Amino acid sequence: MNVQLYIWQRATAVVMVPLVLGHIVVIFYATRAGMSAADILSRTRGSIVWAAFYGIFVAAVAIHAAIGIRNVLHEWLPLGERRAGRFALVFGLLLAALGARAVAAVVLP
Amino acid sequence: MPDTSAQLSVSLWRGAREGRYQTYMVPRRESQTVLDVVTFVQRNIDPTLSYRFACRVGVCGSCAMTVNGKPRWTCRTHVAKVATRGRLQIAPLQNLPVIKDLTTDMAPFFAKWQQARGVFAPSQTRHDAMARIRPDSPARSAVDAAIECINCGVCYAGCDTVRWNSDYLGPAALTRAWTLVNDERDGANVARLQAVAASGGCHACHSHQSCQELCPQALNPTAAIAGLKRRATAAYLKGEIKT
Repeated sequence: MNVQLYIWQRATAVVMVPLVLGHIVVIFYATRAGMSAADILSRTRGSIVWAAFYGIFVAAVAIHAAIGIRNVLHEWLPLGERRAGRFALVFGLLLAALGARAVAAVVLP
Repeated sequence: MPDTSAQLSVSLWRGAREGRYQTYMVPRRESQTVLDVVTFVQRNIDPTLSYRFACRVGVCGSCAMTVNGKPRWTCRTHVAKVATRGRLQIAPLQNLPVIKDLTTDMAPFFAKWQQARGVFAPSQTRHDAMARIRPDSPARSAVDAAIECINCGVCYAGCDTVRWNSDYLGPAALTRAWTLVNDERDGANVARLQAVAASGGCHACHSHQSCQELCPQALNPTAAIAGLKRRATAAYLKGEIKT
């Protein structure tokens, strides 16, 4: 890990803290209010706010987790740093794609 | 006071990377150190035993070994403190190549000091006036807290990150770099921060704090490394260093 990756990992962690808390609040609200899937989708579809909230969340998670996975692979497996970086990049892109697909499913009209 | 008629069962690593433990019986003595035990074996039982020491009083940092699983300075480690049930197992330091028996090759350890730019780079000449450093300045206080390293390699041998990542500079080299970063007379701090901010530098530290727990000089390399992380991060964000 160099200083650039360190800053990206810490910065994305800072971004995720309020988003995780917001996500938990949303879960509690939706379940305690007894909302159906249709109720939820009626609020999220077409909403720029929810698209931004979960879009930023997915981007932060993909970057943060990929850097962490890169470290784990480099330190725990006999992979060079470059190969660990390539695996982590693929992992991060996969997370980003899956997350973007999930966000699109709830916010696109 | 120990029973001086008692015997210690001492298992010493014999060989190099491949080898085995060999057990010796050593008389128990009052105020006996682990180094005394190793020396007794070499002088009275097996003169082919290889180990390293110099000052015997905790100054030179030569005699560190793995004692019952933990790296320690053997000259200042009393047998009474570590010999549970009258047994000692002594091995060479971990994370370093073994030359023979209890002797490790310290070259990689000191090479990383060089890599971390752990050498003072004067910014003035002998013709300039003497630098005036206030003893109570924050920078000098940071140096004071980290300067007493004796290069024994205990922190390096006990560091998980060194074990996992052979490129990691290690606590001792980074602590040395931290003392120089805080030395107002030094003129190579940009290059030094660049060196410690690279892959395998200070940002690779997981802050497990084994170095702090094991350091025989009671230094806190984790705090020094945290200081380097802050300084290197600030330098990177200001564009003073690059990756």
